[in-house]
Amino acid sequence: MNSRPARKITTAIVGVSAAALLLSACGGSTTTPTASSAGSAAGGSSAPASSVAGATGPQPAESGWCDAVKAQYPNLSGSVGVYSTIVSPEDTPYIEAYKDFTTCTGVTVNYEGSKEFEAQVGVRVASGNPPDLGIFPQPGLLSQIVNNTGAVKPLPDFVKTNAQKYFPSDWLNYGTVNGISFGIPNNADFKSLVWYSPKTFADKGYTVPTTWDELTALTDQIAATGEKPWCIGIASGEATGWQITDWLEEYVLRYAGPEVYDQWVSHDVKFADAPIADALAKVGALLKDPKYVNGGFGDVATIASTQFNDVSTPLLNGQCTFAREAANFDSNFKGKTIGPDGDINAFYFPPANDQFGTTVLGGGTFYAAFADRPEVQAFEYYLTTPEYANARAKAGSWISSNLGLQASSVESAVQQEALKTLQSTDTTFRFDASDLMPAPVGSDAEWKQFTAWITGQDDATTLANIDAAWPTS
Amino acid sequence: MDFLLNPTSVGDKLISMVLAVVIFGVIMAVLLFAIDRPKVPNWVIVAAFLGPVAILLAVGLFYPAAGTVVRSFQVSVNAVGPDGGPVINPNTGQRLTELGFSFDNYTRVFTDPAFQKTLLNTVWWVVLVPVVSTLFGLIYAVLVDRTRFEKAAKALVFLPMAISMVGASIIWKFVYEYRQGGSPQIGLANQVLVWLGADPYQFIITQPWNTFFLIVVMIWINAGFAMTILSAAIKAVPDDIVEAAQIDGATGFKLFRRVTVPTIRPAVVVVLTTIAMGSLKAFDVVRTMTGGNYGTSIVANEFYTQSFRQGEGGKGIGAALAVVLFVIIIPVIVYNVRQMRLAEEVR
Repeated sequence: MNSRPARKITTAIVGVSAAALLLSACGGSTTTPTASSAGSAAGGSSAPASSVAGATGPQPAESGWCDAVKAQYPNLSGSVGVYSTIVSPEDTPYIEAYKDFTTCTGVTVNYEGSKEFEAQVGVRVASGNPPDLGIFPQPGLLSQIVNNTGAVKPLPDFVKTNAQKYFPSDWLNYGTVNGISFGIPNNADFKSLVWYSPKTFADKGYTVPTTWDELTALTDQIAATGEKPWCIGIASGEATGWQITDWLEEYVLRYAGPEVYDQWVSHDVKFADAPIADALAKVGALLKDPKYVNGGFGDVATIASTQFNDVSTPLLNGQCTFAREAANFDSNFKGKTIGPDGDINAFYFPPANDQFGTTVLGGGTFYAAFADRPEVQAFEYYLTTPEYANARAKAGSWISSNLGLQASSVESAVQQEALKTLQSTDTTFRFDASDLMPAPVGSDAEWKQFTAWITGQDDATTLANIDAAWPTS
Repeated sequence: MDFLLNPTSVGDKLISMVLAVVIFGVIMAVLLFAIDRPKVPNWVIVAAFLGPVAILLAVGLFYPAAGTVVRSFQVSVNAVGPDGGPVINPNTGQRLTELGFSFDNYTRVFTDPAFQKTLLNTVWWVVLVPVVSTLFGLIYAVLVDRTRFEKAAKALVFLPMAISMVGASIIWKFVYEYRQGGSPQIGLANQVLVWLGADPYQFIITQPWNTFFLIVVMIWINAGFAMTILSAAIKAVPDDIVEAAQIDGATGFKLFRRVTVPTIRPAVVVVLTTIAMGSLKAFDVVRTMTGGNYGTSIVANEFYTQSFRQGEGGKGIGAALAVVLFVIIIPVIVYNVRQMRLAEEVR
C-alpha cells in the first residue's frame, strides 16, 4: 500500500496554492480511493498502515439523531456538564454546537473550561466530584485516568454502534483502553503543515515546495541570504516542549516509516535506538542550526522562550518564511485572508521519500464520560453524529475524523484541504506519538528533555533520559 | 435528607455546608454553655476546649501528613493475572494494581539528575532569599531611619508586599522579556542593557543564572517585610544604650555593627527564618514564570507537578518530595519558634 504514487496526492494537498485546478484533479481520481477503501475493509485492521477512512467511507451529513435519541430515551431532563482544557474564547463554538442537542432534548449543557484540566480532573474524580464528561486532550491521559480510577464509564452500546458507523476504527481505538471503548473522537488536528506568507513568496520569487528536496533547497537558499527561514516557538506554560515532540514524530514518520513509528509508540523501539536517534539528529540539524532558526526572535535558545503561536507575527511580516504548525493554527489569523493569494497559507510538509507515501501526523481530543445518566448517554450519542461534527465545524476552526463531516461546513481553505486528506484513503495517518505514550513519558519527560535539548543538552542524554522515564510495569 | 449526605447540585451543597457550620456552632455553644456550670471537673473543661481543636488537627493535619508519609514509601505495581498479563476489571476497564513498600521514590528523588537539580535550586532559594532580603531590609531600615522622607521611602519598599506572588511574577516576566538585538525591547531589564550598549540577555532561559533571576523576584517581595520588622526593632533599641555607645566614641558603622545589630539579633533571626520558610514553599514564582522549565524547578513546584500533573503515576514521588520538604523545614521552624520566645523575653 505504501508504494502508491504519492506525488499526485502530495500535490493535491499542496494544492491550497493551486486549489481550483488541483481540486478537479483530485475529484477525477475519486474512484480509486473508493475502490481501495473497499480493499482496506477486506484487509481489516491487520494493516495498521491503512487509511484513516477505514472501512466505512464518507457518510451523509444527516443521521436523524434526534428521533433516535427520543426513541431510546423518551423522557429526558436535567443538565449535562462538560469539562475541558479549552477556555474562553475558544469555547464559544463548542457551546454553539451543543445548542441543537438542547433544542431536541431539553437537556441543558453546562460547559466549563480550565487550563488546569489535566491536574484537576484526577483530583475531582478522587474527591468524588467528577464532571459528567471530560474532553481529554490526550488519549494517554484518558487511559491513565481509566487505569488509575476506574471512574470513566464505557460507551453504552447504543453510542458505540453509532460511533463505529461514523468514525474510522483507528480513531475509535485511540479512545479504547484495555479493550473497552471509552472515548468519542472530538477534533482532528492535522499537523503536517508548513505555514507561509504568499506575499513573502511573491516578493522574493519563491515557489511552494512540494518535495522534501525542494523544501530543503529553499531553506538553504533563504539561509544563504542571511535571513533565517524558520520560526519556531515551543513555550506553552507547563507543556513547554511539546512542539519538538511533533517535529520528532514527523521525522520518524518520514525517515523510519509508519511501522517503526508504531513500534516506537509501544516502546518496542526505544528512544535511544537508531531510527529515533537518527530522526532526532536530523531534527537537530535544522532546529539547532542558528543559520535556519529563529526568524524574528533571535538565536536557537529563543525557541524555548517563544510562545508557539507567537510565530504568526514574524511569519506575517516576512521576518521568517516557514512555520510548521497544525491546521488549527488558522485561529491565529483572525481578520486575515487565508489562501494561496491571501495573507497566509499552508502547504503539506512533504514526505522525505516516496517509500512511505503521504504520511500525515495528527492529533485529537476525546470525549469520555464519568456519568451514565440517560441525559449524559444521549449527549454522548449526539457527539458521535455528523450533525454535531458539522455544527461544530461551522462554528469555527475545527475538523474531525467524523466521516459525516462535510468540507462545505469548514470555513478555512487550509482546514478543508486537511479534511480531504484526512478522509482520503491514500493517506497514511498516524496519531501523535507522545499523546499515545504513557503520561510520564509523553507529557512530562519528553517535554522537559526536549526543552533542555533545545537549550543545549546533547542527543544521547536527552533520549536516554526519556527512555528512563518509561514506566517499568 | 438524602440530598444533605449526597448533594449533587450546587444549591444542595451550599445548604449542606451551611447546615454543617450551624451544627458546629450549636455544638460549640452547648459545650461552652455546659462547662460554664459550677462543679464541672477540671478535666472536662480542658477536654471541651482542647478536644475540638485536637480532633480538627488530627483530621485536617496529622491524618493527611501520615498518609503522605505512608504514600511516599509506596510504589504501585500492576497485578499479574494467571496468564501473566495485567488484570483488568471488565466493567470499568481499570487495571488492577498492587501497592508495594519501597524506598524507590526516595532513591529517585536523590539520584535522578533532574531532581538533584531541583534540590540544589531549592538550597539556593532557601539561602539567598532570606539572607539578601534581610540584609537589604536591615541596611535600608538603618539608612532611612529618622530621615525626613522615612515614611515615603519605607512605603516604596513595602509596596511589593501588597502584590500577590503570581502578580509579582507576571510583572517580572515582562521585565525580563527578551527580543532579539536590533528589535525594540519590551522588557525593562533588556531595554536598560541596550541603553548601556550591551546585547539583550535571555534572563529566563539562560542556565544556571535564570534561577537567580527568579530569586530576585522573591527578594523583591520579601525585602519590604524584612525592612518593616527590622525598622520596628531598630526603633525599639533604647536611646540610652545608643547614647552610652556614642559617648564611648562609637559612631556610624561601628555603632551599627556593635550596638544595633546585637540588640535586634532576635528580630533578625525571626525575619531570616520566616522568610526561609516562605521561600521553601515558594511555588508561585517558579510556576508562573517558567513552570519549572529551563532547569529552574524547586521542590515545592516539583511536588505539585509530580502529584497532580503526573496524576497517580507520580503520586509516590510527589509524596516523597513533600516529606523531604517537611523534613528540611522542621529545624527552621524549631529555631524560629525558639528565637521568637527569646525575642518575647527580651521585650
